[in-house]
Amino acid sequence: MVTVLDRDNELRQRAWDAAASVVDPEIPVLTIADLGVLRDVAVAGDHVEVAITPTYSGCPAMNMIALEIELALERAGFHRPKVRTVLSPAWTTDWMSEEGRQKLRAYGIAPPQASSSRRALFGAQAVACPQCGSENTELLSEFGSTSCKALWRCKSCREPFDYFKCH
Amino acid sequence: MATANIEVSETPLVLYTLRRADDALILGHRLSEWCGHAPMLEEDMALSNIALDLIGQARELYGYAAKAEGRDNDEDKLAYLRDVRQYRNLLLVEQPNGDFAQTLVRQFFYSAFADIYWRAMMASRDTTLAAIAAKSEKESAYHLRHASEWLIRLGDGTDESHARAQAAIDHLWAFTGEMFAVDDGERALIHAGIAVDPGPLRGRWLQTLSDVAHEATLILPQNDWMQQGGRAGRHSEHLGHLLSELQSMQRTFPGLTW
Repeated sequence: MVTVLDRDNELRQRAWDAAASVVDPEIPVLTIADLGVLRDVAVAGDHVEVAITPTYSGCPAMNMIALEIELALERAGFHRPKVRTVLSPAWTTDWMSEEGRQKLRAYGIAPPQASSSRRALFGAQAVACPQCGSENTELLSEFGSTSCKALWRCKSCREPFDYFKCH
Repeated sequence: MATANIEVSETPLVLYTLRRADDALILGHRLSEWCGHAPMLEEDMALSNIALDLIGQARELYGYAAKAEGRDNDEDKLAYLRDVRQYRNLLLVEQPNGDFAQTLVRQFFYSAFADIYWRAMMASRDTTLAAIAAKSEKESAYHLRHASEWLIRLGDGTDESHARAQAAIDHLWAFTGEMFAVDDGERALIHAGIAVDPGPLRGRWLQTLSDVAHEATLILPQNDWMQQGGRAGRHSEHLGHLLSELQSMQRTFPGLTW
C-alpha cells in the first residue's frame, strides 16, 4: 500500500515538474508556476490531468501554454495528457511568486504591485524603474505590447520600460 | 450565404449569457476596426487591447452558453453562424465608430455600466458566471479609466473636440436605456439570484457619468426617450454589415480552422 502511494506521489511530482517547466511564450523568463497559472496536477494510473487558470480574458498565450503543457507531459512519458481550464477562483497578480517577481525585474519589466485591490487600480501608483530602481517614473500608456503590460518611462535614467499591470 | 444558421434553444440562462457575450463580441469587433487607424500608436494599442479583453470575455461567455444549452453548439458556431435577428446585443455597441469622440463616448457609456454590472455579478449563485465576472470586472475598471480620461481631454480640450464629444453624447444617449431594461425571463433569473438586476445600478452609473461630464465641461441630455430592440433581435441597419465582415470566412469556407 505504502509503495503504491509512493509511486503515485512520485508520478505526480514528475508530472508537476514537467508542467511547471513550461514558460509564458510572451515573457519567456517566467514559468507558468511562477505566474500562478498552474493550479493542479492529478495523476490516476497513467492518466494525467492538469488544471490551469487563464490570466487575462483575451490573452492569446493561453492556447499556446495549454499545447506546450501537453507536449511537455508527453516528453516526460505521460500519454494523452489533458489540460483543463478552471475559472474560479479568478487569477490575480498576487499569485505570482516572489521568485517570479525578481525574474521579471531582472528581465527589464517592473513587477505588479502586491495588492490587487481596487485602490491599487485607481490609487496613486509608485512603480520603480527596473533599470535604475528610481521611483521617479511616469505612465506613458495604460495599454502596452501585451494585455498584461502598461508602458512607463523613468524620469531619472530616461529609459522607457514595461510594467506588468496589477490585476 | 453558404452555411445555414444554427438553431439555439434559448432557455432563460442561455439567453441571458448570450446577451452578455454578444455585447462583448460586437463592441470588441467595433474596436478592432480601429487597429492601424487610431490617432497615435499608444491609442492604437489601447483600443486593440480593450478589443482583445472584450473578445476574451465573449469567448468565456459563449463557451458557457453552449454548455448551458447542452446541444452541439460551441463558441465558434454561436459567433459565426447566427444571423442578425439571432444576435442579442445592445443597440449601443453595434453603432458605427464614427469619429474618435463617438467611439470614446460609446466606450465610456458601456464601460461605466459594465464596471458596476460585473462587480454585481460576482455575487451570482451561478459559480461560472461569478467567475467570469470576477475576471471581467478588473478589465472593465481599466477600460473605464481609459475612456474617462479621454472624455475629459476631449470635452475640456479645443472647441472642435468639445463640439464633437458633445455631439457624440447627444447622438448615443437614446441607446443607453436598453442597458437597464429587463424582460420576464431575466426577471425570474434575478429572483433566483443568478442574474443581476440592472435597475438599481442606474443611479451609480449616472453618478459616474455626471462626475466625468462635469470635469469634461460636457452636458448630459435630459430627455429620457430610449430606443430599444437589440435584446430581442431587432437591430439597427449597422449590425448586418458588421456580421458580414465578422462571419465572412466561416460562411465562405464552412468549418474552416487555423
